[in-house]
Amino acid sequence: MENTIPCRKAFTDKLIELAKKNKNIVALTSDARGSVTLDKYAETLPEQFIELGIAEQNAVGVAAGMALSGKTAFVCGPACFYAARSFEQVKVDVAYTKTNVKIIGVSGGVSYGALGSTHHSLQDIASMRALPDLTVILPCDIYQTEKMTESLALFEGPAYVRMGRGAVPNVYTPENVPFEIGKANILLDGNDITLIGCGETVYHVYQAALKLKDKGINARVIDMHTLKPIDKAAIIASVNETRAIITVEEHSIYGGLGSAVAEIVVQNKPLPMKIMGLPDENSIHGSSKEIFKHYGLTADNICQTAVDLIHSLQ
Amino acid sequence: MINTKELKKIAIEVRKRLMKLIYEAKGGHTGGSLSSVDVLVALYFHTLKINSKNPKWEDRDRFILSKGHSVEGYYCVLEKAGFITEETLSTYGKFKSLLAGHPTIKVPGVEINSGALGHGLSVGVGMALAAKRDKRDTRVFVLMGDGEQGEGSIMEAANASGHYKLDNLTAIIDRNRLQISGNTEDVMALDCLEGRWKAYGWEVKQVNGNNMEELIETLDVLPLEKGKPTMIIANTTKGKGISFIENIAAWHHKVPTEEQYIQSIQELDKQLEELK
Repeated sequence: MENTIPCRKAFTDKLIELAKKNKNIVALTSDARGSVTLDKYAETLPEQFIELGIAEQNAVGVAAGMALSGKTAFVCGPACFYAARSFEQVKVDVAYTKTNVKIIGVSGGVSYGALGSTHHSLQDIASMRALPDLTVILPCDIYQTEKMTESLALFEGPAYVRMGRGAVPNVYTPENVPFEIGKANILLDGNDITLIGCGETVYHVYQAALKLKDKGINARVIDMHTLKPIDKAAIIASVNETRAIITVEEHSIYGGLGSAVAEIVVQNKPLPMKIMGLPDENSIHGSSKEIFKHYGLTADNICQTAVDLIHSLQ
Repeated sequence: MINTKELKKIAIEVRKRLMKLIYEAKGGHTGGSLSSVDVLVALYFHTLKINSKNPKWEDRDRFILSKGHSVEGYYCVLEKAGFITEETLSTYGKFKSLLAGHPTIKVPGVEINSGALGHGLSVGVGMALAAKRDKRDTRVFVLMGDGEQGEGSIMEAANASGHYKLDNLTAIIDRNRLQISGNTEDVMALDCLEGRWKAYGWEVKQVNGNNMEELIETLDVLPLEKGKPTMIIANTTKGKGISFIENIAAWHHKVPTEEQYIQSIQELDKQLEELK
């Protein structure tokens, strides 16, 4: 499971491969070619690369204009800026106009760690999934990122993607990486409790499930890579077949994965739930790993939370 | 080719139709629709390479109404140019009408959903860039409001247009000097417009935006300079064509009473008579 390649690099390498074959793919950025790792793309495919400088609102609008001219436009930069600074452009020029624009938010969540709340994107799932017609995806490792990039290049329509900055452990293998937009992956089956993660938390959730197994608790693990449209059937199956649900996300506990799952649960058959994520505060500063630990987004703490929740049911 | 006199006639007819539209719908942006009619007519009936029978024709020129609130004039022009029918136009303001209170791409001929200010030029830059990269001779036209110039995103787009030397891009500012709260110079001063756009690498020309001859003369020689985007500051009168609406800020989205509606049509009919 060891890996040294960040998802953003897996994305750009795959994009180069796809763009070489499809001249209508364009990549746009706002002085973030280094952050995104688009340098090689820019060198290799200058005619399919557009630099807009530090101007995220314009970058999204320009991407929409190119998409309306037949391009598949990937506009790439830090998730914190694209999800907030250019939100109205995403709302109007991308989602409302239904343009073929893929907003690729890199270094999302608390990836920028010590840089503080200006650089964290912990509200993006909440805001983006509230926009009609916008698909929202958080890939969890490099193999899924590659597969997702291939799918997005073929997918007609607007999407927002968030990925992290650092390299994260692999969840999948090159041989086994099922990916279909809107269809959650069941990584482990079980009937005692359901653990749902998205993006970087999927790995920790999976590790927690392995720990639970040692304690005789069978957890079902779901990788909810697509936050919108969310896989309703997978959630309802968990409601019917397991006794409780825990969601774990690198996002505010308001409006993210937990909220999205709870919306389905309470309107079908209520089930005890626990939403784990970042509390409603400007998060502490530190490395991504330290922040995860501080807020209990670790396998040990997820495992303990699951044990406590199951005991509370008896 | 439609002659200038005919274009002027179309502009008056569009003004008549948009007053009826606003009067019947009991809502609309009267002043800004009236000020921009001549620019729209010059573009749709003289300049733009478009085909109303095939609105998505790949090699068409693109027009973006960034000041999306001037939609009533726009819809009337689209009807007159054959993109939508009179039957569709008459549904404006009604429940479930195809024609929303700001333009949407559901309407044949409309290129983007607009209404939030400061978006159109960026989208236009994207279209102009795509045309350059694909070596197509498509031209892109963006009509903005003068009050709209307060939006910072426009300056981002202005910067990129100059940087990429988009001489296939023409922006027009409907400089009617009034925005919803009053005189533009009182709300947020704008008389520096020409220098501002020049500084971003644009070739700028000021014209009387309610004078068909002047508009045509400028639109016929685009780009004003090779290698530069063109900015036409169209000095207009808000509420142009109707005496009691002209230059009154309150008419930004005021609806005429029956009496005012009748008077407006009489005034416009008189202008039609004078043209003959």
